[in-house]
Amino acid sequence: MEITWYLILSAFIFAIGAAGVISRRNPLVVLLCLELMLNAGNLALVAFSRMHGGEAGQVFALIVMVIAACEVVIGLGIIVAMYRNRLPIDIDQMSELRG
Amino acid sequence: MSATSYGWLVLAFPAAGTVVISLGWRLLPGRLPGWIATSAIFLAFLASIGALVDLLDHSEDERQLVDTAWTYASTGNFKAGLSILVDPLSVFMCLVVSGVSFLIHLYSVAYMGGDRGYARYFAYLNFFVFSMLLLVLAGNFVILIIGWAFVGAASYLLISYWYRRQTAVAAGIKAFVINVIGDVALVVAAFLILDKVGSLDLLPVFEKAGDTFARNDGTLVAACLLLLVGAFAKSAQLPLHTWLPDAMEGPTPVSALIHAATMVTAGVYLIARMHPLFEQAPAAADVGAIVGCATLLFAGTVALAVTDLKRVIAYSTISQIGYMVMGVSIAAYGAGLFHLMTHAFFKALLFMGAGSVIGAMAGVQDMDRMGGFRRAMPFTFITFTIGALALAGFPLTAGFFSKDEILAFELNRGGGYAVLGVLGYVGAFLTAFYAFRMVFRVFYGDPVPEAVELEGGHVAHGEPMNPMTGEPEDTDVGFPGPEHHVAERAWPMKGAMGVLAALALVGGYLSVPGISDVIEKFLEPTFADSRFHDTAPTDGAEVLGLVVGGVISIVAIGLAWWVYVREPGTATRIRERLPRVHAFLVNKWYFDELYEALFVRPVATFGGFGRRVIETDFVQGTIVGGATGIVRVGTSFARAIQTGYLRAYALLLLVGVAGLTLYFLINSS
Repeated sequence: MEITWYLILSAFIFAIGAAGVISRRNPLVVLLCLELMLNAGNLALVAFSRMHGGEAGQVFALIVMVIAACEVVIGLGIIVAMYRNRLPIDIDQMSELRG
Repeated sequence: MSATSYGWLVLAFPAAGTVVISLGWRLLPGRLPGWIATSAIFLAFLASIGALVDLLDHSEDERQLVDTAWTYASTGNFKAGLSILVDPLSVFMCLVVSGVSFLIHLYSVAYMGGDRGYARYFAYLNFFVFSMLLLVLAGNFVILIIGWAFVGAASYLLISYWYRRQTAVAAGIKAFVINVIGDVALVVAAFLILDKVGSLDLLPVFEKAGDTFARNDGTLVAACLLLLVGAFAKSAQLPLHTWLPDAMEGPTPVSALIHAATMVTAGVYLIARMHPLFEQAPAAADVGAIVGCATLLFAGTVALAVTDLKRVIAYSTISQIGYMVMGVSIAAYGAGLFHLMTHAFFKALLFMGAGSVIGAMAGVQDMDRMGGFRRAMPFTFITFTIGALALAGFPLTAGFFSKDEILAFELNRGGGYAVLGVLGYVGAFLTAFYAFRMVFRVFYGDPVPEAVELEGGHVAHGEPMNPMTGEPEDTDVGFPGPEHHVAERAWPMKGAMGVLAALALVGGYLSVPGISDVIEKFLEPTFADSRFHDTAPTDGAEVLGLVVGGVISIVAIGLAWWVYVREPGTATRIRERLPRVHAFLVNKWYFDELYEALFVRPVATFGGFGRRVIETDFVQGTIVGGATGIVRVGTSFARAIQTGYLRAYALLLLVGVAGLTLYFLINSS
């Protein structure tokens, strides 16, 4: 089995996700892009797992999905809180960490 | 029991009284704290008598007993124990201090009856007596310094006893600061002595002093001068006297206790105790004699002009302590200490009488507003007059024998000392005059409204106010209480004054030239090594001195009578004729103003300079501001990274991870 194509696809998806996280201002889109990055990682894990014939990679992929779910819960919670407090839904406006 | 056991008991009773009252004040109802304190001092007095009886059983050269409870400090070959020295001098001082203190406690039980801080007052009072007894019983310099500093602290507490009165708090601070000058001098003197002699125990130091130091050795003179500074600060001698008149802010019994009978005599005790050192350094002793003489004249003139009743007595105290300092400095130890004792009697009595009058005046202390109390307060009048007679040295009263004995000593030593003696007689004239100025102005003349009210049967109650500034006050804790007590109405006050009046009349017969010599004989073992034995005047010379002193006293009293009773306007006319002199005296020779200009203002200016320039510009501006500036500039790059934009952080993270990955990839291949 040729693994290269899977890894190229995974890298493409990861790059799209990373570009989205860096460039987009809407937190919902940022969250979606994060999911893309995580799932790109998952794809690579599953591909390697198939190549080596072990289960460990697939188990890791399952755990990553759980963590992704948790992260979405928290991220959406933050966005709802922003909305409830009538804050702008724009991550560039939330720059209190500036030194 | 041995004399030293009695010595420890003398210390234990007042200490126990302090602890019991300060810990249990909530549980002690009414006047119980006062009675506990009074009985503690009475027991200390009984223990002093026990020590006296036991000491008299010893033969004359075995009357200096030292007892050490435990080692207090030990470093290298230096060791100081918690030790007491029981000898005739310390027992004599214990008897005077505890005896007079007992009567003053008794007086206070009634006088402070209306005050809200009753228990606190007696806790302080007992602590003060404990400190004073520790001072006189100390067997080495360490304990002496501890007692010395305790006395200063206790006097601060008692002067500022009415702590919500600003003038009282300021007076307390002033007394404490000046006393600390003396403490420092005493500590440095002890260091000098330790350095040269190698011991701090009193008796070994005295024994070795003659061998270690040459006569008028530089170090010894310096040490003795420092001891004198300590003595001057405690005994309110020039130029460290300014705290004592201000200390009259405390309650009147406190003035009687601290500023007449005990604390201010500590300096006299110190000089007498250190006499082997002073005799080896006559130059320092002469300084003591001259300062004592200057002080007695200075204070005598100020007492002529001041109108505050308690301050007149305070200046009179400064003046009388001047006699004692002069006496012990010229080796008239017996006479000086005899005067210390009689002075304790009549000066405590005068303060008590003044307290009674101030009670009748509802807190007013100004003599200009007093007059005619003779019929309203016959008991106070009689006892106060007895005290004034003794102070004036009227023939056959206590002060007559003691003061003139010192002066006879001076005249007998001749030379420069004779000049001091003559000046002492001038001071005696002033003393008799201002003593009876008080009597005539307070008790003679037309009765003031308060006196009339008291004759009608009740004590006047004015608006409570600060007698110094006239500001209104309340009567809650921290201020004088609402009730005023006069000796006529309260038996403890009456009893204390009666006993002191009797002592002021007959106390002098302990030492009549040619007839009795109890005090000098008793003190003999302490001063046996004095080299001035043969300079003591003969009985004939002393009798001559007594006659001169008696005549001076009678003439001065007569003059006072003429000025204040016979021709009542004379004093005002003299004042109008000599306004400059009067202002000079009323302002106490401008000592306070001088110190204000010499010390207070430069220090305040320097402090202001420090606050403005050093603190604000240098410390905050240069050091603190410079340090923060460096950090601020140095971190500006790090701060620039912290944009606060989430996307920027994400980018940095990505770049970082990518960089690391690339690094490992390149390295691994």
